[in-house]
Amino acid sequence: MAESGQFLIDGKPTPFRAGQTIMQAAAEAGHYIPHLCYRPEFPPHGSCKLCSVKANGRFTSACFEPVTEGMKVESETDEIQGYRKRVVQMLFAEGNHYCAFCEKSGNCQLQAVAYHLGMEDTHYAHQYPQRKLDASHPDAMIDHDRCILCELCVRASRDLDRKEVFGVAGRGLQARLVVNSPSGLLGDSNFALTDAAAHVCPVGAILPKRQAFTTPIGMRRYDKHDIGEESSLTPIADKGE
Amino acid sequence: MASPLGQSVTLHDIAARHLHARHRLLQMLREVQASRSYVPEEAIQFFAHVLNLPIAHVRGCVEFYSFLHTTPRGQFDVYFSDSVTDRMAGSEIVAKRLADRLGVTLGQPRADGRVTVSMTSCTGHCEQAPAGLANGRVFTRMTEARIEKMASLIEHGVPVSEWPAEWFHVDDGIRERGITLETFIPPGEAIRTALARGLPATLDEVERSGLQGRGGAGFPVGRKWRGAYETKGAHYITCNADEGEPGTFKDRVLLAKYADELFEGMTIAGLLVGAKKGYVYMRGEYEYMMEGLQTVLEERRAAGLLGENICESGLDFDLRIHLGAGAYVCGEQSALLESLEGKRGIPRVRPPSAVKIGLFGQSTINNNVESFVQAAQIAWKGAEWFSDHGETKSRGTKLLSIAGDCQRPGIYELPLGITVREVLARCGGENAKAVQVGGPAGTCVGRDEFDRRVSYADLATGGSIMVFNDLRDMVDVARQFAHFFAHESCGFCTPCRVGTQMLKHYADKIADGQGTQRDLEQVKSIGEFVKGYSHCGLGETAPNTLLDTIKRFPEEYTSRLLAEADFVPDFDLDASVTESRALTGRQDQLDQVHSD
Repeated sequence: MAESGQFLIDGKPTPFRAGQTIMQAAAEAGHYIPHLCYRPEFPPHGSCKLCSVKANGRFTSACFEPVTEGMKVESETDEIQGYRKRVVQMLFAEGNHYCAFCEKSGNCQLQAVAYHLGMEDTHYAHQYPQRKLDASHPDAMIDHDRCILCELCVRASRDLDRKEVFGVAGRGLQARLVVNSPSGLLGDSNFALTDAAAHVCPVGAILPKRQAFTTPIGMRRYDKHDIGEESSLTPIADKGE
Repeated sequence: MASPLGQSVTLHDIAARHLHARHRLLQMLREVQASRSYVPEEAIQFFAHVLNLPIAHVRGCVEFYSFLHTTPRGQFDVYFSDSVTDRMAGSEIVAKRLADRLGVTLGQPRADGRVTVSMTSCTGHCEQAPAGLANGRVFTRMTEARIEKMASLIEHGVPVSEWPAEWFHVDDGIRERGITLETFIPPGEAIRTALARGLPATLDEVERSGLQGRGGAGFPVGRKWRGAYETKGAHYITCNADEGEPGTFKDRVLLAKYADELFEGMTIAGLLVGAKKGYVYMRGEYEYMMEGLQTVLEERRAAGLLGENICESGLDFDLRIHLGAGAYVCGEQSALLESLEGKRGIPRVRPPSAVKIGLFGQSTINNNVESFVQAAQIAWKGAEWFSDHGETKSRGTKLLSIAGDCQRPGIYELPLGITVREVLARCGGENAKAVQVGGPAGTCVGRDEFDRRVSYADLATGGSIMVFNDLRDMVDVARQFAHFFAHESCGFCTPCRVGTQMLKHYADKIADGQGTQRDLEQVKSIGEFVKGYSHCGLGETAPNTLLDTIKRFPEEYTSRLLAEADFVPDFDLDASVTESRALTGRQDQLDQVHSD
C-alpha cells in the first residue's frame, strides 16, 4: 500500500497518509466535519453519527472509515448537512437541553454544532425524560438531562485516567451513564476534577461546581467563533473552560 | 420472598462453576436471575469484586438484557410472546386473562411477590402460538381454558415442573422436508470425509456449493471461511443461534433434531482454520433445549469427535453453549461477539470484520445454525448435492418458518428462488393480502408482488415468512413492529436510539387516528434517515415495514388520517397540565385548553 495519496472531499483534492480515517485526514487538511463523540485522543466510537459522510456513494462515519486512494467523500452537501441537523435535533428532543439557563451555554459543542448547521427548531416530539441529578461529588456534578451518551468520559476515564469511573447501562432509550461506585453516585467514586474525564464532556452533563457563568456572554468559546473553524479539537489538557 | 428454584445456590457457587471467567458473566447473571427472580445489588457488587470488573460494567450488563431484572419478579415469572403472529393467535387476550385472574398489572410483580405476567419479544414458537415462557420453560398453544388452570396453579404455589406436561409440548413443526432435513449425518462421517478429502479441498467444496449465510444476509460461507483460513493467528468458531427475528423458528428444529450436523459443521470449520474452541450463542428462550444439546456434546466427546485429536487428525477442537438473555440486537454478529465476551451487546465498529478481529480479538468464523448444518452436509455429500438446487444466484434450499394466516403453518424446506405465490400455495395461505418476508427487518409485499422470489437476489430472509389476510390491519402490524424495534434498539447510535422512538410515536399517533398527512411525511423522512444513518443492521432495517406498508397499502394509512386538520400537536396539552392542575387545584373554565 502506498504511504500516502489523495482523495476528494466535496470535490477538493485532499492528501492522506495510509491508515488514516476520513476524519483524521480531513482535520489535518483543516477541513471540519461536524462531530460530537469523536476526539483525536481516542479510538473512534461511531455512536453520535454526526460525522456521517457519503464515501463513494455509501453512508459511513468519517471517524472510523479508512480513506482509500481516490475516494470521493461528500460531506457538506445539502443532503448530508440536512441529515446532520436531524441528528442534532434528535439529541435535543431526546434529552432536556435548556440552553437559556445552562451554564455550559456558549461553550457547549452540541449547541455550537446546532448553530453551525443552522438548526432553528427541534422539530421532533420532545421526550422530556425524567432523569436524576447527581450532585454528590464535592467538586463536580452530573446532570443526566444533558447527557448525549457520547461516552467520551467513559473513554477518558478508562484510557487516560486509568480509573474506569464511568460506564453505560440500560438499552435503547433507557441507556444511561452510570458511575462505577457501589451507590452509583459520583461522590462515592474516585473521580477527581483533575481527571481528563472531567474535561471531555461536549455538553453540560459533567460540570465542575462553583464555576458557573464565570465567563461573560460574548467571551465564551463559541461566542467568539463558529465551531466549524475548529478543524480538530484542542487537546484536553489545554482546555481552560 | 423465597424462590422455588434452587435458592440455595450461592453466588460463590455460581462464580466457581464458571471458573471466575469474565466472559461468562452473562451466564452467571442468568443463574442469579433464575434462582432469585432478580439480580440483587449484592450480586452486582459480588461479581464486580470476584471478577475484578468495574461495578458499572456489571450493572451495565444487567440492565441491558430483558430477562435480567434489578428488582424482584414474581415467584412465578410468566411471559407471553408478543410477536404479531402470536397476537393474531390471541396472545394478548390470554395474557390479559391471566393478569386479570391473578389481579396483576402486565409487567408488574404482584404485591405479595407471587407472580409477574409480561409480554416479551417473539419466543420462536409462532406456528404453535400463543406461546410464552413460565419460569424459563416454553409453553405453546395457550388457551383461555388453560389460563384458568394456570391461574389456579400459581395461586396454589404449584411449581412449574408439576404443571401439565402437554402445555410444554413443542412440535417439530416440519411440514416439508428437502435435502437438508432428509440428510442425517452419522456422527463423525462428515468430519472423516472432510479429513480424507483434505481440509483445503473441503473449503473448495463449500465455496463451490455456493452456500450463502442462512441468517439472511447471504454472505458466501466459503468466502468467509477462506478469509479466516488465510488470516494468521488464533481463531474461534461461533454459531449464531440467537434466532431473534420475529417469525423465525427454523433453527429451533435444527437445534432440537440436527445438533450433530450443527456441531459437525462447526468442527470442520474449526479444524480448517485451526481454531481450538467454538461457541454456540443460543437465545435464552431456547434454554429448554440445553440439556439435549449438552448430551449430544458429551456423546461426541466420548466418540472422539470433540476434544483432543479429533478423528486421529492430531487437531483439537471443543464447543461450549452460551445462552443469551433477551436482546434481539445480539443476533447482529458483532453484538453477539460482545455478548459472548460477557458485555452489553453493542455492535462494533466495522472495519475490521469479525474474520479479521472477532471474538477475544481473534479471527472468527460466525455463521448461522442452518449454515453450519448445510456446510457439514456439503462436506459429506459434495458441492453438487447442494448446488443442484435453488437458482443461479441463490443456491440450495432454505428453511422457511411460516406463520400467520395460513392453514398449515410450520417449517418448510424449499429451493431458493421459489415465488411467494408458491410458498403461499404450499402453506395454504392463498387468501393473503400481504406477506412479510424476512421478519420485521425484511420486506412486506402485497398481492401484485406475489410472483417475486424468495432468494438473496430478491426477497432475502433468514427464514421468517408471516402471512396476513384481508382482515388484518397493516397499519397495526407496522405499529407493532415499530414498537418492537424501539424496544430492541441497543441505544448506541443516535439515529436508531432516538429515531426508533420517533417512529413508534408517529406510528401510534397515526394508528390511533390522531395523525395528519404531516405525520405520515414525518414517518417517511425519519424512516429514510434511520435506514441510512444507523450504526448496524437493526437500525438500517427498523423502518422497513412502516415504509413498505405506506407504499403498498396507502389507503389503510390515509383512511386513518385526520382530514380536517393539517396539524395535531405531538403532545396532549390537557394531559400535560394534569399534574399542575392537581397541584393548584384549578379546574375552572379559563384553565381548559381544548383546542376545539
